[in-house]
Amino acid sequence: MGTLVEIRNVSKVYERGKQKVEVLRHIDLDIAQGDFLALMGPSGSGKTTLLNLIGGLDSPTQGQISVGGTRIDNLNQGALAKWRASNVGFIFQFYNLLPMLSAQKNVELPLLLTKLGAAQRKKNAAIALQLVGLADRAGHKPTELSGGQQQRVAIARAIVSDPTLLVCDEPTGDLDRQSAEDVLGLLQTLNRQHGKTIVMVTHDPKAAEYASHTLHLDKGTLVEQAAHA
Amino acid sequence: MKYLHLIWAALFRRKTRTILTLVSIVAAFLLFGLLDAVRVSFAEAGQSANGAERLQTGAKLSFIQPLPQSLMTRIATIDGVKEVAHANWFGGAYQDPHNQIFTFAVSDNYLDIYPEVSVDAGEMKAYNDDLNGILAGEVLIKKYGWKIGDKIPLQSQIFPNKEGSKNWSFNLRGVMKAKDDKAFQSQMIILHWKNFDETTPYNRGNVGWYISRVKDVNDADRVAKAIDALSANSDHETKTQTEQAATRNWIKQLANIGLIVTSIMGAVFFTLILLTGNTMMQAVRERTSELAVLKTIGFSNGSVLGMVLAESVLLLLLGGVIGLGLVAVISAGLPAMSGGMITTAAVSWKSWVLGVVLALAIGIVIGALPALRAMRLNIVDALAGR
Repeated sequence: MGTLVEIRNVSKVYERGKQKVEVLRHIDLDIAQGDFLALMGPSGSGKTTLLNLIGGLDSPTQGQISVGGTRIDNLNQGALAKWRASNVGFIFQFYNLLPMLSAQKNVELPLLLTKLGAAQRKKNAAIALQLVGLADRAGHKPTELSGGQQQRVAIARAIVSDPTLLVCDEPTGDLDRQSAEDVLGLLQTLNRQHGKTIVMVTHDPKAAEYASHTLHLDKGTLVEQAAHA
Repeated sequence: MKYLHLIWAALFRRKTRTILTLVSIVAAFLLFGLLDAVRVSFAEAGQSANGAERLQTGAKLSFIQPLPQSLMTRIATIDGVKEVAHANWFGGAYQDPHNQIFTFAVSDNYLDIYPEVSVDAGEMKAYNDDLNGILAGEVLIKKYGWKIGDKIPLQSQIFPNKEGSKNWSFNLRGVMKAKDDKAFQSQMIILHWKNFDETTPYNRGNVGWYISRVKDVNDADRVAKAIDALSANSDHETKTQTEQAATRNWIKQLANIGLIVTSIMGAVFFTLILLTGNTMMQAVRERTSELAVLKTIGFSNGSVLGMVLAESVLLLLLGGVIGLGLVAVISAGLPAMSGGMITTAAVSWKSWVLGVVLALAIGIVIGALPALRAMRLNIVDALAGR
C-alpha cells in the first residue's frame, strides 16, 4: 500500500510571549494509505500539534509535509482551507457540532463548500447518517442527542465529503466506555471497510488497541512504535 | 444564498437576546420613520399645484407686523395678479386653552384663492349673510361633533372684543371640505375680517398678510417683485414669496425641524451602534469554537467574514423594515385615531431607501469588528480555547 502522509524533518516552535517553546523536534514519519494510526503520549508531548499539522490546521516551523502527494506545508491559508475541505475529515473530543443546526444540517456543512445542489446535499448527508446508525435522528438538534450520538454525527460530518484522511483528536475522551467502544468500532469499520486512513490522538490505551499500530511521542519526539494485531 | 440558513440559525442562536436587540432596532427605525414623516410634512407644507400659483405677502420686518388694508386694491392692479385676498391671525382656543385651532379672519373672497376647498352653496350664502358666521374644516367638525347652526365659543389668544373680553362667540354656518383630508383648511376656522376689524379695538383697517393668485406660475417671481415694489421705502415694506416658501419660513421661525430631527436621529443611531455593536461582539465571542469548526471544515476566511457581516446586516435590515413598516401602518391609521388632528406624511419611497441604506450602513459598521475578529481567528488557538 502506498504512502499517504510523508513528514520530513518537521519541527514546530510556538512563541508564548517572549518564550519560544519547541513542541515538535525533527519528526520523520510515513503513514500508509488505509492505515489506522494511534498517537499516544503524555500531555504536552506534541500529539495534537502533530495531528494539526497533518490535518493542515497549522503549518510547521521547519520541514515538509506531503499528503496524497500535495505539499501542504507551503500552502497559503486560502489554499489550505480548500485542501482541507476536500481531503480531510475532522473529529474532535467535544464533537463541536453547531448547536442551532439539526444533525442533518450539521452533516451537510462540508457539502456547502461543494457544487452540490440542496437535494443532493440532503441525500448525501442522509447516507452518512445512515452509515453511523443515526438516520432516525436526522432532525434532532445536538442537545437532543447523547454524547455518543453527537460524536457519531460528528463522524458523519467528517466522512460526508468522502475525504481520504480522517484526523481524530481524543474522539472518545468525553464518552462513557460503551459509547467509546461504539465510536471506535465505527472508526475501525470506516478504516477496514471503506479504506479511510485514520490518525487518532488518544490517552486511552484501550482506544489505541482499535488502531493498526501506535506511535508514542515524548517531548516532541517519536520514541516508540507498537503494532497491533 | 446557500449559507442563508446558517446565518439565520446563528442570528437566532440566543433567541431572547436577538429579539431584544431586534426590538431596540425596530424602536430606532420607528422613531426614524415618524420623525422623518414629520420632517417631510413640514418640508412639503404648502407644496401643491394650487400652492404654486399663490403668493403670500407679509411685512418684511416680521410676520406679526400688520399691513394696511389699502394695499389690496393696489396689488390687484398689478399685471399678472388674478385675484387677491387677505387674512389676519385670530388664534382661537375651544373650551380649553390646549385645544388650539388655527382661526383666521379673512376677506370675503378668501376661498376663491383656494379652489381645492369647497363649501356647499347654501352654507356659503348663510355664512356671507351672517357677519358673525364662521366656516369650519370638516375634520374639525367631526372631532368636536359640531352641527351647522351651533354657537361656537372661541377664546382669542390676542384680540379682545368690544367688551374687552377675549371670549368670542360665533355661529357655525358651513363646512369647508378640502380634497385632501390633510389639507390645512380641513382643520381650521375662518371668520369675517369685517366682523373682526369692527369688533376688536386692536385692529383698525389692518390685515395680517395678503394672498395673491397669479395668472401664470412662471410669472410668479416678477409679480412678487412688483408687489414688494409697491411698499418699497415705506413704513410697511413687504416680502412676497410663494406659499411654500412662506410656510417654510414661518416654520423656521418656530424651529429648525430638519436640524432637530437630524440631531435626535444622530443620537438614536449612535446609541444603537454602541448597543448592537456590543451585542454582536458578544455573540461572535461566544461562537469562537463554532467559527473555528467552520474554518477547520474548509470555510475560507472570506466566507466567515461574509457570514458574520451578513448576520449583522440581516439583523439591521429586519429591524429597519419592521420599524418602517410600523410607521406606514401608524401613518395610515393616525388621522382616523386622532379624529384628523394628527396627520403625518406616509412613508415615501425616499424614506424607505434612506432607511434601508441606513440599516445596511449600520449593519456593516457594527458587523465589521466582530467579522474581522472571526476572519482572523486562529483555528488551533480557538479549538484549544485560548
